[in-house]
Amino acid sequence: MDLSYSPEEQSFRDEVRAFLAEKLPREMSDVIRAGGELGKARQEEWHAILNEKGWLAPNWPRKFGGAEWNAVQRHIFEEEAAAAHAPRIVPFGLSMLAPVLQKFGSQAQCDYYLPRILNGEHWWCQGYSEPGAGSDLASLKTRAVREGDHYVVNGQKTWTTLGQHANWIFCLVRTDTEVKQQEGISFLLIDMDTPGVEVRPIILLDGTHEVNEVWFTDVKVPVENLVGEENKGWTYAKYLLTHERTNIAGVGFSQAGLSAVKRAARAENHNGKPLMQNPHFAARVAQVEIDLMAMSTTNLRIVSAAAAGAAPGVESSMLKVKGTIIRQEINDLARRAAGPYAMPFASEGIEGDNDPVGPDYAAATAPQYFNNRKLSIFGGSNEIQRGIISKVMMGGGR
Amino acid sequence: MNFNLTEERQMLQDTLRRYLRDKYDTKTRNAIIDSDTGMSAEIWAELAELGVIGALFTEEQGGFGGAGFDIAVVFEELGRAGVVEPFLDTAVLGGGLLAEAGDAAQRALVDDVIAGGLHLALAHGEPSSRYDLTRVATTAVESGGEVVLNGRKAVVVNAENADHVIVTARESGALDEAAGISAFLVPAGTRGMTLRGYANLAGGRAAEVALDNVALPVSARIGAAGAAFGVLSDRIAAANVALSAEALGAMETATRLTRDYLGTRKQFGRPIGTFQALQHRMADLLIELEQARSAVINAAGHLHADAPLRDRHIAGTRNLIGRVGRLVAEESIQLHGGIAMTQEYELAHIAKRIVMTDHRFGDTDWHLERFIDLSAA
Repeated sequence: MDLSYSPEEQSFRDEVRAFLAEKLPREMSDVIRAGGELGKARQEEWHAILNEKGWLAPNWPRKFGGAEWNAVQRHIFEEEAAAAHAPRIVPFGLSMLAPVLQKFGSQAQCDYYLPRILNGEHWWCQGYSEPGAGSDLASLKTRAVREGDHYVVNGQKTWTTLGQHANWIFCLVRTDTEVKQQEGISFLLIDMDTPGVEVRPIILLDGTHEVNEVWFTDVKVPVENLVGEENKGWTYAKYLLTHERTNIAGVGFSQAGLSAVKRAARAENHNGKPLMQNPHFAARVAQVEIDLMAMSTTNLRIVSAAAAGAAPGVESSMLKVKGTIIRQEINDLARRAAGPYAMPFASEGIEGDNDPVGPDYAAATAPQYFNNRKLSIFGGSNEIQRGIISKVMMGGGR
Repeated sequence: MNFNLTEERQMLQDTLRRYLRDKYDTKTRNAIIDSDTGMSAEIWAELAELGVIGALFTEEQGGFGGAGFDIAVVFEELGRAGVVEPFLDTAVLGGGLLAEAGDAAQRALVDDVIAGGLHLALAHGEPSSRYDLTRVATTAVESGGEVVLNGRKAVVVNAENADHVIVTARESGALDEAAGISAFLVPAGTRGMTLRGYANLAGGRAAEVALDNVALPVSARIGAAGAAFGVLSDRIAAANVALSAEALGAMETATRLTRDYLGTRKQFGRPIGTFQALQHRMADLLIELEQARSAVINAAGHLHADAPLRDRHIAGTRNLIGRVGRLVAEESIQLHGGIAMTQEYELAHIAKRIVMTDHRFGDTDWHLERFIDLSAA
């Protein structure tokens, strides 16, 4: 048992820190620190900065242009990036589609798509959920019918994150309706400029446009856009979901969020003293910090095992549940710390040309609290994760 | 013991519930929220006509209610429908203050409030006062027949729509002393008072109010010099009953929507409400909802008790409502899934209303501390 990082890992951390200090534009980190979102252009700019350094695709093998970091290195990067208020890396092409292509795609698909993911020419989004297929993803109905050298796709996807920026979408589609649900699904790559593809915005409860509906009406997709074998899409999707769940604990986000709460609570006045000195508030902060310290070690235990080659299993479900509970609790604390200044609507507070209403830490707290209710819903809801945990741990499981 | 509503209150509840169900759907309300004024003048007038504002004042004041249970009945229904119109600010706080402490001329304005023709706002909180009611740094200095106000007021709800803003200011005493605080009736557009307006996250609008050498006649003072804190506490106690009842009504809607959704949404070939893991969580919400209902009754029933007893009940109720409200809002969203995250679904707004009541006149922790202090006394 040794809780310290190796000298190599320590010097890697130093390198990451130095890179962020030098290359992360202040205008970007200010937006992230204030709880804002980057627009498409700024996001692409950050990707380009990372790509230049060769760090845009930490999990890819070197032969595809990735950094080929192990799990500990990735963890260190995520921690440092969150602490520096770096924008997140949009994961859809880089850490969700790419691993599937690298494992199941053809050489031609790898040669064509991977470089375009890296250079930003393709912005990918994910076409999984449907209005009738959420937690029960395998019941999806979007239909792809083979006609000669192409598929004709009809149906609707939903909760498509940043679909408004995307020009490509990877989809789970039904190619066989006669067999067991999971055995009739295929994994299809669709150019969103194809006639018949329509993106409609969904406005979330905090007023943001982050997700979309994507409609398909007689969309012709060349058969070479099929990944792997027909009707094997469910296997690929499950593989992808294990990749979606790396960094699922969000330790870095929680650490940065907790620091922000403390900063705000030191500035807030509570009956003539800093709020941070108020025993009730301090106890809430301490409680979540204690939980976070333990979860961070759970995360590292799993990360170390993964670095040594173990496949992530039920632990990633545990990390997802605990990680989202902690993040959401921190969002709640941030909202409380802001006091009455949590009330103004964020777009008035942080997006306008004006100065924020109230202190700068306050404006985004309530919108973020509401927006991050999504954390326990998406990527397999916490109820689905608990189902997996009990199935695996209590017998009858995989 | 009798926990039934009086016949008059029952009628008011029925009328109000029917009107809001017919008139105040999600789409209508979302359009109101996006409008420049953040409220509907038409709906305001019609609700005034139905007696919603009159029910918040005593007969002596020109209304037909004014008791804790009248306030609770009205605000529970407003909460149930997620109403964003500023009844709390114009009527309970502004109108209530004038009715209780105003001189004849000021009291005359209450008739206009009850008729729906006049808007008010209370500018009491300041940028660094948080929930501390006695921390008033804004100054009022009287000389030569006039009073001059200087200071900053924070998150003043309904300030832009208000025909008059009621501004509290310190005439004497230390920064956090109750004695020395006065209230002044400042007509909209008074020289030196500037508003920076904005929308609130859960609907309605507020403003930062700057007071720079605002000169008023002495007659603008409401009540005696430096003696406003008592009446201010009374009205804030009433506002806390209103906020608790509003949150209760919103929680009733949240649990109803959730129960309906669990019964109709199918995944894995059956309604998700047939999964025991979800049934038990729904059951917990319903248990807590009844706790909330009783807490509102406790607060409303003690609104006219002596201040220490009243305030202990109110602090306890706001604390319970804060805890239960967060649970109900969060669990209702979670049990729905993604649909409840969208602006066009009713629950999104309802959840915001519930949670954001925690940011007015003290949050869950603030009321817990207050309950402890009042219990020790």
